Parts: sequence; structure tokens; C-alpha cells
Amino acid sequence: GVLERSREQLLRQTCEAVVLGALHPRTAITLVLQVLSDAGSLLSCCLNAACMALLDGGLPLATLFCGVTCALQPDGSVLLDPTARQEQEARAILTFAIGSSERKVLMATTKGSCSVEEMQQCLAAAQGAADTIFQFYRDSVRRRYCKS
Amino acid sequence: MAAESGTAAEALVGQVVLPGDLLLLPAHYDEDAEGERLRLSAGGAPQGRLLCGPGLRRCGAGLLVTKCGLLRHRPAGGGAFWVDSQQKRYVPVKGDHVIGIVTAKAGDVFRLDVGGSEPASLSYLAFEGATKRNRPNVQVGDLIYGQFLVANKDMEPEMVCIDSSGKSSGMGIIGQDGFLFKVSLGLIRKLLAPKCEIIQELSQLYPFELVLGMNGRIWVKAKTVQQTLIIVNILEACEYMSAEQRKQALAKLSGN
Repeated sequence: GVLERSREQLLRQTCEAVVLGALHPRTAITLVLQVLSDAGSLLSCCLNAACMALLDGGLPLATLFCGVTCALQPDGSVLLDPTARQEQEARAILTFAIGSSERKVLMATTKGSCSVEEMQQCLAAAQGAADTIFQFYRDSVRRRYCKS
Repeated sequence: MAAESGTAAEALVGQVVLPGDLLLLPAHYDEDAEGERLRLSAGGAPQGRLLCGPGLRRCGAGLLVTKCGLLRHRPAGGGAFWVDSQQKRYVPVKGDHVIGIVTAKAGDVFRLDVGGSEPASLSYLAFEGATKRNRPNVQVGDLIYGQFLVANKDMEPEMVCIDSSGKSSGMGIIGQDGFLFKVSLGLIRKLLAPKCEIIQELSQLYPFELVLGMNGRIWVKAKTVQQTLIIVNILEACEYMSAEQRKQALAKLSGN
């Protein structure tokens, strides 16, 4: 459907910005994501899974990236990683893809409406949360390489 | 734009690095460093150029990591840094010895599947003692052990079964029977290391023939089919077993 297409496009743009495609000319890189269960924050979950898959596959990457979803509640407070129910009650849902070098924003998408200040606030919260996700990547990779 | 502060490369040797990490090189690797030309101390910087191996790219003042893995360093001959990563998909590299499967014969050239994104080509004259009259007997579906003559991202890879002096040195068509299977590239590198324990322990179990291709393919042949399959299972499991588990498994097998 249209929603899946839009998610595919967002993921594709983020991956294209990060993968060093110049090292593999005339080659198609296919990323397949299968949703096993959706409990909210699906797009940022897909972004994190995509990054780990590219990392595991050995594709050359310029930076790592992660996805963070923020929900703006009706009273103006920011909630990170909302569940499906919290997403429905929220005024706006913002998803950011954040890169690991200098926490640059690679992709941003919004559902609902919010003011510029609120978006900046969500972005700052998301950049802080990205640190936790990147630390998780590092710990997972460390665990994998220490086994051998 | 604030520059990302990198960490010294030598501090991270032997540790896990992730894509996006910037590694700073010590100052004596700078080529145009002023006042560094007259180096009187013998035990100073290694002479020669620094080699930037797989998983790393030159970027400004340092090296950018592009694959996740363990950072390795070899100080000999100018120094080399590279990232030891585990992956299953092979990318052809010049000089690598690989096992290819013949998929087509197109005139004077064979097309081989080597596990990369493109099939490799192998000329019928690239065998020892091959002439226009004396063609090698290669059929579709045969296994060939050869090395890459040309392998870069812009051209179709080319293989040969002779080395630079025209001798075959172990390369060529792999014989009948035997079993071909695929493992990860990291296991192949481990098996190819000098004095590999796994191969020594296995050779005490049964005698067998073994061909290791850098593209992750292994060909095994032992006296009976059952022995061949046992060796195949042990090699596949070696990836995830520790040394003690492997010794236990082999002791159980040789006890039977």
C-alpha cells in the first residue's frame, strides 16, 4: 500500500546516504525487512534493524544510523518510543534518522502538526536518545567479536 | 562544522571499531612534515608508506572505519592497519585463490561462478601446458581452483590457473567426487593461518584432501562418503565451537 511505499522510500533515502555505493558499481543492494510484530514506533524499529543488517552484511558504511520516534502529547510533553496506543492519542508523531558522526539528521518525517519550537525540542530529545542506541550497537558488536 | 575528534589508531588495535569511527595516525606518518626529514634515532618511526587495508578509507588527517570488526596492525614494512570483519559475502580481490564453478562455455572463455556479483571469466589458455591444439577438458559444472588476475570494481573479474612463471602450482580442475560447501570468510582465514590447530587435529582423525577457496568455499574428499560428511560437519561447526568443545567432539569420534 501507500504507507509501506512511503516507509520504503524513507528507508531507502537513509541507506543511500550512508552506504558507500561507489565501491560497488552496477550492483543492486536489496534490503528485506519482515515485520514480525508491531507495537508502535515501527519506522524507527525498521531503521535500527536496517542499520544492523547492513553492519552484519559487511557493506561499507560511512556512518551508522539509528531511528528515534517522538510523540507530542496534547499537553505539549515529548514522549520517546511511543507504543501504538500512545501514538494514536498523540497530537503529532515525529521520526528522525540520526547518524553517528556528529549526530546529524539523515531523515525526518512527521505525522500530524507541530510548531517549529516543538520540533526542535523533539529533535534534541531524539539526538540524546540516539547515544543509547549507538552504545547498544557497540555492545552487540563487541559481544559478537569476543565470542570468536 | 566541528571536526569529529578521533582516537589514536594505535590505542584501538585489537578492539572493536564501528563504521564512522575516525582513527588518527601518529605524526610521523605525515608525508610533508617539516623538520622530520633528518631522523637520527634508529628505533623511531618505521620507514615506508602506511598501508590502509580492508575496512578503512583515508579521510583527511586519518582513517575512516567503514566496516565493523577488530582493528589489526602490522608494524613491519611501513605499517599496515586493517579491520578484521566477519562476513559471508565475497568481493573479488586480485591475487586471491578461489574455487569457482563452471556455469557456461562461451567460445574460448569459461564463465565461472565465484560467489561475487559478477561471473568471472577464465580463458582456456590459462592452464599449464594448454595450447590452441591441446585444450583442457573442462565441462559445465566442474570445480576450478584458480587465482584472480584482474579483480576491481570497474571490470569483470578474470581468473587464471597458472602463476606468473607459467606453472600451475596446485591450481586447475578439481577432481571427481568430494563435497563442496560454503562457510564464512572469517573461518577460511582462520583455517589458512599457518599451523592451524583445526586442520592438524582433523588430519589425525582421517586422511583427507582439502581445498580452501578465499570466497568461502571448501572442497573435501576422504576415503568414504561417511568420513567426508563427518569432516564437513566438523568444519562447519568449527565456526561456533570453542577449542575445548572441538577437542571433545573429535575425541568422541576417534573413540568410536
